[in-house]
Amino acid sequence: METIKKLGLLALVLMLGAFTVKSDTLAEGYDIGDVATDFSLKNVDGTMVSLADYKDAKGFLVIFTCNTCPYAVKYEDRIIALDNKYKPKGVPVIAINPNNPSIKSGDSFAKMQVRAKEKGFTFPYLFDDGQQVFPQYGATKTPHVYLLEKTDDGNIVRYIGAIDDNYQDASQVEEKFVENAVDAMLAGEEIKVTKTRAIGCGIKA
Amino acid sequence: MVVWVSTLFMLASCGKKAKAQETTDTAKVETEALQTEASSAKVKFPVYDFESFESMLHLQDGKTYVINFWATWCKPCIEEMPYFEQVNAERATDGVEVILVSLDMPSMWKSRLEPFVEKKGLKSKVVILDDPKQNDWIPKINEDWDGGIPATLIYNKNKREFYGHGFTYDELNTELNKFIN
Repeated sequence: METIKKLGLLALVLMLGAFTVKSDTLAEGYDIGDVATDFSLKNVDGTMVSLADYKDAKGFLVIFTCNTCPYAVKYEDRIIALDNKYKPKGVPVIAINPNNPSIKSGDSFAKMQVRAKEKGFTFPYLFDDGQQVFPQYGATKTPHVYLLEKTDDGNIVRYIGAIDDNYQDASQVEEKFVENAVDAMLAGEEIKVTKTRAIGCGIKA
Repeated sequence: MVVWVSTLFMLASCGKKAKAQETTDTAKVETEALQTEASSAKVKFPVYDFESFESMLHLQDGKTYVINFWATWCKPCIEEMPYFEQVNAERATDGVEVILVSLDMPSMWKSRLEPFVEKKGLKSKVVILDDPKQNDWIPKINEDWDGGIPATLIYNKNKREFYGHGFTYDELNTELNKFIN
């Protein structure tokens, strides 16, 4: 009986501990397992885009990116490649520019249109007008990836972080964080690495 | 892209200018990167990977170190830099030493970092941390750091604090006072 009490107490302490750790490390925004909000944002082609528009999608790669950040620029080709690889599998890229163009003029809607055309973006490149969406996700920098899985309970956050482990050189990449996460999600397997960190440009709101 | 890079390197070294001109319509960023990557070896500042840099986070010589992570493309970093310069000069007698750790990409070392440091006349020590395995080393600097800059670590042999945000001059001094009796 005494042992059971002790075990119960231990379990309680562990649980409290777990909660404490969580509240310490959890900034605003989503954590793994949270339901991500939908949005209606203007695409570079002038149409409004929502996640709900994608009736047949299995998930989404919501990527906060921009025109002006050197890291974002380094990843443009890899973002296009992700869209080419995963859109046919039901997980399209949805890129969102979270920056406020009055602070960062190179990230204006007009400049987004130019960049999307120059690079031949195959995915929607949306403008977070009024900088309303990125804080809900908790994006802090560009590029910042959120992998969402579409379920009956909404779009569940499955991965948050960087695209891979080498921003400088795609050929030197050892771990493709996003691809591994999407592959595991589509295969119904556990995603091994759910959060990664990278240097990026702070979002200018 | 990589093939293209190495091709251009070869072209450049062979001096076949006519062929190199074929690539002039490519994105400006890439061209910039290429022109400078070749000369990055001669950059003025010491370049570290995380392994060789790590000891700088654990010096035990009685000084209070202010390790500021920044880059020339990071606007808030540039805005707070004068305060770090000021503190480095004013509080040297308190044993304070500022180390400005540039996270600029190799392509920017010659084209942006060197001119910036020269133009601003920075007196603090500038080093370059060049290690693409960011997901491995960022948590070793601080478990709670998401990788956004500016970010600053202040430490001495008694105390250690990480700040994932920018500073004003007053805030920086207030924090430093907690390290110096």
